This record gives sequence, structure tokens and C-alpha cells, in this order.
Amino acid sequence: MAMFEGLSEKLQATFKRLRGKGKLTEADVTEAMREVRVALLEADVNFKVVKDLVAKIKERAVGHEVMESLTPGQQVIKIVHEEIINLMGANESKLEISPKPPTVIMLVGLQGAGKTTHGAKLAHMLKKQGKQPVLAACDIYRPAAIKQLQVLGEQIKVPVFSLGQDSPVKIAQESIEFARKNGNDTLIIDTAGRLHINEELMDELTNIKEKVEPHEILLVVDAMTGQDAVNVAEAFNQQLGLNGVILSKLDGDTRGGAALSVKAVTGCPIKFAGVGEKIDALEVFHPDRMASRILGMGDVLTLIEKAQQNFDEKKAKEMEEKIRKQEISLEDFLDQIKQLRNMGPLSSVLEMIPGMGKQLKDVQIDENEFNKAEAIIQSMTPEERKKPLVIKDSRKKRIARGSGTTIQDVGKLLKQYEQTKKMMKQLSGMPGMGGGGASSAPKGSKKGKKGKKGGQGKKSPFKLPFPF
Amino acid sequence: MAGLFSKLKDKLGKTRKGFIEKVEGIFTGAGKIDEDLYEELEEVLIQSDVGVNTTLEIIEMLRKSVKEKKISDPVLLKDEMKEQITLLLGEENPLHFAEKEPTVYLIVGVNGVGKTTTIGKLAKSLQSEGKSVLLAAGDTFRAAASEQLEIWGQRSGVGVIRQSEGADPAAVAYDALQAVKSRNIDVLLIDTAGRLHNKVNLMKELSKIKKVIEREVPSGPHEVLLVLDATTGQNAIQQVKLFQEAVDVTGIILTKLDGTAKGGVVLGIQREAKVPVKLIGIGEGLDDLRPFVPQEFADALFA
Repeated sequence: MAMFEGLSEKLQATFKRLRGKGKLTEADVTEAMREVRVALLEADVNFKVVKDLVAKIKERAVGHEVMESLTPGQQVIKIVHEEIINLMGANESKLEISPKPPTVIMLVGLQGAGKTTHGAKLAHMLKKQGKQPVLAACDIYRPAAIKQLQVLGEQIKVPVFSLGQDSPVKIAQESIEFARKNGNDTLIIDTAGRLHINEELMDELTNIKEKVEPHEILLVVDAMTGQDAVNVAEAFNQQLGLNGVILSKLDGDTRGGAALSVKAVTGCPIKFAGVGEKIDALEVFHPDRMASRILGMGDVLTLIEKAQQNFDEKKAKEMEEKIRKQEISLEDFLDQIKQLRNMGPLSSVLEMIPGMGKQLKDVQIDENEFNKAEAIIQSMTPEERKKPLVIKDSRKKRIARGSGTTIQDVGKLLKQYEQTKKMMKQLSGMPGMGGGGASSAPKGSKKGKKGKKGGQGKKSPFKLPFPF
Repeated sequence: MAGLFSKLKDKLGKTRKGFIEKVEGIFTGAGKIDEDLYEELEEVLIQSDVGVNTTLEIIEMLRKSVKEKKISDPVLLKDEMKEQITLLLGEENPLHFAEKEPTVYLIVGVNGVGKTTTIGKLAKSLQSEGKSVLLAAGDTFRAAASEQLEIWGQRSGVGVIRQSEGADPAAVAYDALQAVKSRNIDVLLIDTAGRLHNKVNLMKELSKIKKVIEREVPSGPHEVLLVLDATTGQNAIQQVKLFQEAVDVTGIILTKLDGTAKGGVVLGIQREAKVPVKLIGIGEGLDDLRPFVPQEFADALFA
């Protein structure tokens, strides 16, 4: 996140020049499209995909749609966003469930994409949904791959079918029998990583496919993949006929342009995304949200969902009230830190807030800072927590000693608290969380359309329920 | 050089050839040097993950030298381009060894780039040079990572120091450092868990391992090698920068060059971070780790 010049920042810089003009000439659009092209390429969207996309956007932008609008710059951003969503697909897509169990899911991909890890993650997710999955260990090549799957299976209490280094085709075939006999309704087949140009190993996959007739063949793709993503996806799709994609390592700071490329060349939906090292760090993939991520617009919907899962509703309401009145105390501050940390790694939470990408550009999120903050606040008296203004030098000294920190740390925390209060003031003055500025207009119109889906009524815009 | 190419050719078969022929056609098919040709070159570079800015810079340099040297033959343009790229990549940069103390290499990188496999291959190659090698299984996080390293150790008959899963990797490193000192071993290769460069705490864990090395072997680590997957796009630059901040990366190992990815992002890396590429990985065999030769790499971009 830090130092990364996001796509939306670039686009916004471009469109600043367009803003204020009454009408767009073709020359204006051409200039803007050059920037769009560069930005998409820097986000690792494939060259050819970018070409097509830019042509489409340009065609629409020069048309009367823009000419009639009052703010052409905003309109162009909207078109870019819409075209990316068009390409990504608007809705999430589910796994195909076979009426005759077991449902067979086969995972394929390059080395190091994350097949084994995501096989286990997927099994864990399905188990939580009440399914009874079983994993089949068909990676007989990589040293200790079988063992890895077994260890993971043990962690999530999902059986792992293995025949050691026997032929992968045979292992896959017999795993179906195993699933049937043991009443497992879902079978996930892990395969070895292979290069898409390795004919022998690609043929092995075809053999497995023919023998077990999977309901889902999912390609696992590293979100950081560059231009080559299209070659890989195309080759696997031609060989096997893919049903979907799992995008792994999306918790990095990549814009993930590969997602667009893969969708464009295969037409296959991205079904899941890996968002962390923990076994439950797998999410249903929301293509419309990914479009926003590629554009750096923030992932508000995911954030709201997370918040709803983890936040105590009553407390959140109280907090909203306090934010409105701008009277949060250090006690609330402490409370918020605790609740926030329940939502997962802070960096990933913050990244989902629109505009935050930009504001926190050079800020590194250090979870230890929060341990410190908690200790400091806990070393304060109730009075100090309510009215931090009373904390002068001698109190600072005491608090520092009590919390095992330094006076500077205490001072820093108090300053942060003041800044937060100031920020709250700004936030509560805003119509929504859009972050203001030019981009809020197209976003607003999008929100209106999707109101029913996101549960975002116009009257109750999502308020940031914690001090950031 | 010829050896590498024939080896690559063996491995790659028809498909890669398909990609290569397209590029070849640019130079031979075009009669003269014009805007279209520059544009096509631009496309080739971008599709090799060189990155837009670096590509534009290279093309700019090319235009300049075409003017200066009055080049008019497209085939000569190709050579000129390769020269520019070779120049950008710098000199060949071999691994550094300690003079007196045991040599210690720390191997780092994001998840799934091939750290453990690379260590297995590196151990073999160092051993064939007559050096004694020990491996430290510092990936205590991923399930069965230690087992994976152990199997590589067995393949080349190299010892592996390991602890249980979830152990402190700095403690594993400490154990291994004591072992190389007492057993008089030449080179210690320390494996680490894959980690995304934007996870601050995990990066701090790496710094801690490095500190342990510095304390136990003051002249070390003699190399901090970042393993980079050649299929990675522009995010690789960010990876290099953040790993460099945490542990002062001294070299890059570019893996998985046997696919269709060209790893062009290392050009962007040279421009922005100046970390030399030292080795490349071109397959899964024990001897598929080679020194990085800038000239060869430039050739492969336009093979």
C-alpha cells in the first residue's frame, strides 16, 4: 500500500485536467485514455485486454453520453468503472453442486500459486457451511506436498485421501470411491503445480478429468501475476475447460490486474479469493468490488460485512452517536481498538475504506503500536480517560511508567487522539464515506443503483464506527 | 550460453516457440525502422512485464542511439536494443563468500516463489563445487515446509537443522549457526517462510533473524537473496523495495523462467532499486539453477 501509486490516483490526476470543461473533444478523451492505458498496464492488466478495454471506453466516452453531461470528467471515470465491471461480471458465482454426491472439485495451476493451501481453505469453508468434504492428495511430485495436505487436513478435521506416490489418475479415481463409502458429499482434488507448456503434465490433468469428471475445475492464480496470466489461463482453459478461478494472495498490495486478464481470456468467473495465511482467509469473490479495488476506490461492501460480523451492534450505535456529537473519550478509543482488532489484520481493514489508500499512503500499520496504546490507556485513571486535557507532565510520567512506555509515547497517543477527534468532526460533516472530491459523484450514483444489495439506504450512509 | 539455450529449447517444446516466433517476425518482417516498429517493440517489452515507464525509457534510449549511430536496418536495431537492455542489467554478479568465517545466506521472498526448491538446488550446486553445506529450516509456519527441505537435503546428502512447526525461526537460525561453527561447515543456507512484503510484523521477524546472524557471524549474512517468481508483474518492484528495507537484500534469484513469462520486471527493478539478479531458476531438476547472465537474458526477451 505504501508508496504504491494507485490507479484511481492516477486517473484522478488525469481527470482533474478534464474537469471543469463543458464538453469533451475527441482529443481530450484520447489524452485521458493514454493515462488509463498506462494505469491499467501498471496494475498488471494484460496488454491486449487493456487495448480492448480502452477502445471500448473511448468509444463510449466520445459519444453523446459525455457530451450531454455536465461534468465530463466524472462521467469518464464512471464509464471506466462500468466497463471494468462489465468485464469482471457483476455478480458473484457459486460452486456447482452435484445432485448426486460427491461434488468433485479439481484444483489446478502453476507451481506456487497456492493450490494446496486453497484446497484446505475451501474444505474448511465448505465444512463450516455444513458440508462433509474430503481432500485428495494428487501432488506426488513436490517433496512433502502430501504431508502438507495431511497436516492441513488434520488442522481443519477434514479427511485426506492419499496413496503415497502412486499415479495421480489412480489416486483421483479411488478418492471418489473413498468419498462415496465414507459419505463425503464434496471431494476436493489437489494436483501438482505444473507449467502450462509442459505437455506431459498437462495431459495428466486431462486424464484425471476424463476419469473423475469433476463438476468444477478451478484454476488457482496468484493475484500478483503479470502479463503472463493470459497465457497461463488460456492454456489451462484450452486443455481442460475451466469452470472458475481462485485468486490467491490478494492480501498483498498488488492491484490485481491479473483478475481482469484471466476473466477476459477465459470468460470464467473468479469464484473465491485468498486473503491471508490463516485457514479461514478465503472469501467469496465479489467482482464488482474487485473493479473498485483495481480503481483504488476502496471496498466498502466487504468492510461493512466484516463490521457487521464483528461489531457489537449496540456499541456501534452508541459510537455513532458519540461521533456525531464528537465527544469520544479515551475509554471509547480503547474500546474501538479492541473491536477493530477483532475484525482481522488492520492493514486489510483499512485498505477497504475508500480514500484511505491515499491518506495512508506512507503510513505503515504496526499492530504493536496498538498494544502500546492499549497499555497506555489502561494505565490512566477513569478521570484521565474521560478528560485527557488534565494529563500534564507529571501524569504523563506516571502513565509512562505504569504502561512500560516512554513519555513520548504517551504524548504521541494523546496527539493521535486529538487528531482522531478532528477527523471525526470532518467525517460527521460528510454526506457519506465517499471521501468527497470528484470521484464521489459516480460512486454515489452507483450506490443508488445497488442500494438494495449492499443494504445502504440513502438515509443511513455507512459511518466509520471507529477512530480512524 | 549455448548450453542454456539448448536446455531451454529441450524443455519448452512447441508452445514457447510460438511465442518466440511472433517476436522474431517483428525484426525480420519489417523493411524499415518506423513508428510502427517502435510501437511493436514497446508491445514486446510491456508483454514481458518490463513495465510502462521502463519500456518508454528503453525505447527513448533506443531512438537516441539510432539517431546517433544512424542505424537503418531493423535487424541491427534488435542488436542495439539488446545492448541497451544488457547495459541496464549491469555486470554479472556472482555470489559472495566469506573469507574466514562460515558463509551464511538468508533466503527470503513472498509465498510460493520457490524458496525451498531453490535452496535445494543451490545446496547441490555449492556442494558440487566442493563446499560443505548445511540447511536451516526457518519456515516453521507452512505445514510440512521443514519436511520439504529435508527431502531436498537428502537428495543432495546435505544436513538440515530443524525444529518443530511453529518454532521461532530466529531460534532455528541460531541453532544452525552454532552447528556450522562447531562442525566447520563452509556454507549455511537459511530458509524462511514465505511472507507478503506488506505484512509489517512478518517483515520484522525477518529482521530479527538477520540480527541473530550478525551477532553470531559478524561478517554475515554474506548474501540476503530475494527469490522472485518470473511470472510476477509490477508488484515485484514493491516486493524488492520492502524486503530491502527490512533485510538489505543483496541479490535476486529469478525463478520459473522455464515457462512463458520473461521476468522483464527485473529491468524495472534495476531502475528503481538497483538490486542485482544473481541466479535464475529454469526447471525443477537439481541442476536447474544457473548464474544470471545479462546478455543471455536480453537475448531471451527477443529470442
